[in-house]
Amino acid sequence: MNPGVAIAALAVVSVATAVIGFYGLRISRTTGDFYVASRTVRPWWNASAIGGEYLSAASFLGVAGLILLSGTDALWFPVGYTAGYLMLLLFVAAPLRRSGAYTIPDFTEARLDSRAVRKVTSLVVVLVGWLYIVPQLHGAALTIRITTGLPSWVGSVAVVIVVCLTVVAGGMRSITFVQAFQYWLKLTALAVPILFIIFMLAGNGTPALSPPAVNPTNLAPAGLYQNVSLLVALLFGTLGLPHVLVRFYTNPDGQSARRTTLIVLGLLSVFYLFPTAYGLVGRMFAPGLARANQADAMVLLLPGELVGGAAGDLLSACVVAGAFAAFLSTTSGLVVSLAGVISQDVLGAGVGGFRLAAVISIVVPLGFALMTDSLALAGSVGLVFAFTASTVCPVLLLGIWWRGLTDAGAIAGMVTGGVLCGGAMIAGSVGGANNLAPWLAQPAAWTVPAAFAVMVMVSRATVQRVPKTMPRVMTRLHTPERPLATER
Amino acid sequence: MPDSPLLTAAAVALIAMAVAVVVGLGLKVLRSFRDLGTDAERATYHTLHAASQAGQHLRRGLNPAGAAKASRQLRTLLACEAFAITDTTGVLAWDGAAEELKPELMRLAEGVLAGGRTAVLPAGRPTGPGGAPRDGTGGPLAAVIAPVRAGTRVVGAVAAFAPSAGAGLVRATGEVADWVAVQVELAELDASRTLLMEAEVRALRAQISPHFIYNSLNAIASFINTDPARARELVVEFADFTRYSFRRHGDFTTLAEELRCIDRYLLLERARFGERVQVSLRVAPEVLSTVIPFLSLQPLVENAVRHGLEAKEGPGHISISANDAGAFAEVTIEDDGVGMDPAQLQSVLAGHTDGEHVGLRNVDARLRQVYGNDHGLVIDTAPGEGTLITMRVPKSQPGNDA
Repeated sequence: MNPGVAIAALAVVSVATAVIGFYGLRISRTTGDFYVASRTVRPWWNASAIGGEYLSAASFLGVAGLILLSGTDALWFPVGYTAGYLMLLLFVAAPLRRSGAYTIPDFTEARLDSRAVRKVTSLVVVLVGWLYIVPQLHGAALTIRITTGLPSWVGSVAVVIVVCLTVVAGGMRSITFVQAFQYWLKLTALAVPILFIIFMLAGNGTPALSPPAVNPTNLAPAGLYQNVSLLVALLFGTLGLPHVLVRFYTNPDGQSARRTTLIVLGLLSVFYLFPTAYGLVGRMFAPGLARANQADAMVLLLPGELVGGAAGDLLSACVVAGAFAAFLSTTSGLVVSLAGVISQDVLGAGVGGFRLAAVISIVVPLGFALMTDSLALAGSVGLVFAFTASTVCPVLLLGIWWRGLTDAGAIAGMVTGGVLCGGAMIAGSVGGANNLAPWLAQPAAWTVPAAFAVMVMVSRATVQRVPKTMPRVMTRLHTPERPLATER
Repeated sequence: MPDSPLLTAAAVALIAMAVAVVVGLGLKVLRSFRDLGTDAERATYHTLHAASQAGQHLRRGLNPAGAAKASRQLRTLLACEAFAITDTTGVLAWDGAAEELKPELMRLAEGVLAGGRTAVLPAGRPTGPGGAPRDGTGGPLAAVIAPVRAGTRVVGAVAAFAPSAGAGLVRATGEVADWVAVQVELAELDASRTLLMEAEVRALRAQISPHFIYNSLNAIASFINTDPARARELVVEFADFTRYSFRRHGDFTTLAEELRCIDRYLLLERARFGERVQVSLRVAPEVLSTVIPFLSLQPLVENAVRHGLEAKEGPGHISISANDAGAFAEVTIEDDGVGMDPAQLQSVLAGHTDGEHVGLRNVDARLRQVYGNDHGLVIDTAPGEGTLITMRVPKSQPGNDA
């Protein structure tokens, strides 16, 4: 495609994000609008914001690429990414909101009444965030390389600079509306080109190059273990994502947290229709992309491949803009929540501390991203989910639903899960992704139960450490707030 | 070589970790070889160290968990076979040998607790159905039981068991008992300090100012004949405002609730000042559900109206903004009124002078009480330059219910 168009699209998205960050929504209201201003965020807005922050490079580029490569096996990714919110809805959303905690370390400290647990949780959360930022930067590098022909590092560095500028300069103040806007931007950027392509193909009756049921690279179908393990990772991993849970704080109470989650489920389901459609169209009409090892870039290349000409360029620009919006929004959401954790637990609170923490929280993954090559995007994000599922998720679930959890148990479980899953990830990246035993490639099915088991057993062994504050905290987590009608 | 950059990164991390471990161990070993002074100095150090360790465990008073940890330290300090701490009703902790004696101890200590005098039970003396106390090897044990006296009351006892109760052990046990008593008194002091702080917060709990009630009622009265509908509306607003500020439950509220209260307050003030008071508002919706101390913003707005704009000629402008700043919510209230003299303001905030701006002092004191000294009000002002008040509260307050 035409590099000029792509660069223009990137520039527009970057500048728009920065400008919205600096000046965005600083609408002053006069006294008459007081009531409007003091009304809390509607679940619809909040759900869109969560969607905008959640839909990352993996969802935007990776899912379609995987479907192109491995067909229905890859459908488990969108299913898992979405269904994770069902778990969130059922088990976490309302109690976590009622806890009054703003971050996961805040929650574990309040629940277990222990500074040590807070430190360990913070460490895990920072690790999760860093691991999650890396694929976003890989995605950006890929997008830049494919669409403009510039070297890969330009993409990662561009994302880092834009995010740093907006976060460090004190922008992103009213981040909810920015992120909500991002969801709809991503949805449009993905939906418009594929609908255009489908109508065009249907209109001129182009015959399919290959049947959709055949894997273009003759990839063997995944076994039952891999699918189960992947689902475990995605279902439980969503519960512990730091940037998602921070958003729930914006809900005024537990009930609206539940309603928000329900809407998120709907929004994500709609969104994932489109990567699936890309994958299917790719399998039928452009199987060559998979063989050329460009599966992850398929969403970016498909419009140019199938439509071509100026229209193809425009559609590509649309997708590129959406993809960049995805990298920017997810990364900035992660950086904001990571910087909060780092500045509070490592540097000591303060505005200067927050800025420094923001820089730290993005420069470290940048270094890592520049040193490593991008694996399959959806796959590497799947691994981050496995890590979250084996560390943060057991603490959250047991902390909310089991009175017997102790600080020793929580730490032991998190360390066990982190070491097992982290070990599998390192073994995977050292040993090469292709010749890996399935239990190493998808560790969640055994690391998550292991983390839960260790947490329960160590808590049982240290019953005397159940914090005295437990009954009060549990009551707070599980009883509805005062009905608002009584406090005018 | 598969994926060499990652391998390099892993190797570098591994080596860095190994170096850190080696350096850490090395420092530790080095420290243990350092010259630690004469035997007497070391003995002093060990005694004081054990005492300060045990003291931390007793900081919450005589309770089983703290007593258990402290008695471990105190037993090594006294170098006795067994050591126990009791309160007036039961044994709190027992460390060391002869634990079968635990049920007997309260009976043995009865006299001590009642009379407040140290008792020495020589070895071999039968003490009840359990027979004489015996140590781990079966030898008889003597016991020294000393009362723990806080003020004039006996609040518990400490008991030391050793093969023989020499004068040294008796004296040392007495000293330990006195030392435990000091810790208990400190704990009581702590508890009463906490109570005092809570009482202070209660006392500081803001009240709406009498001036405001008087002025509002007067303003409403002036509308009764000219604009009865407006007067009625204002009375309803006034009722709602007082209902909010007189509510009894809870010391905390959400920013959204507080803003609603400010809205009513400003409606009433505008009835008096007309278009002289202009207000603009910029609130990040993320922080609306942040928990803040009850009536902590309204006094700041009232201060801006009364001291900033009332004294000024012509219209005045107040802007209220609330921002999301990482883990904190930042609320600022700015007016372009007459401002204040910083030195005088400082003495008001420090509580040296009374008079104007007492509302500010009240809010400042409560914020410091609840969130710590870093979270007091930040006030930028100068005479004639207006006033900017900034308040920063943590978003996460699991302990505080709105």
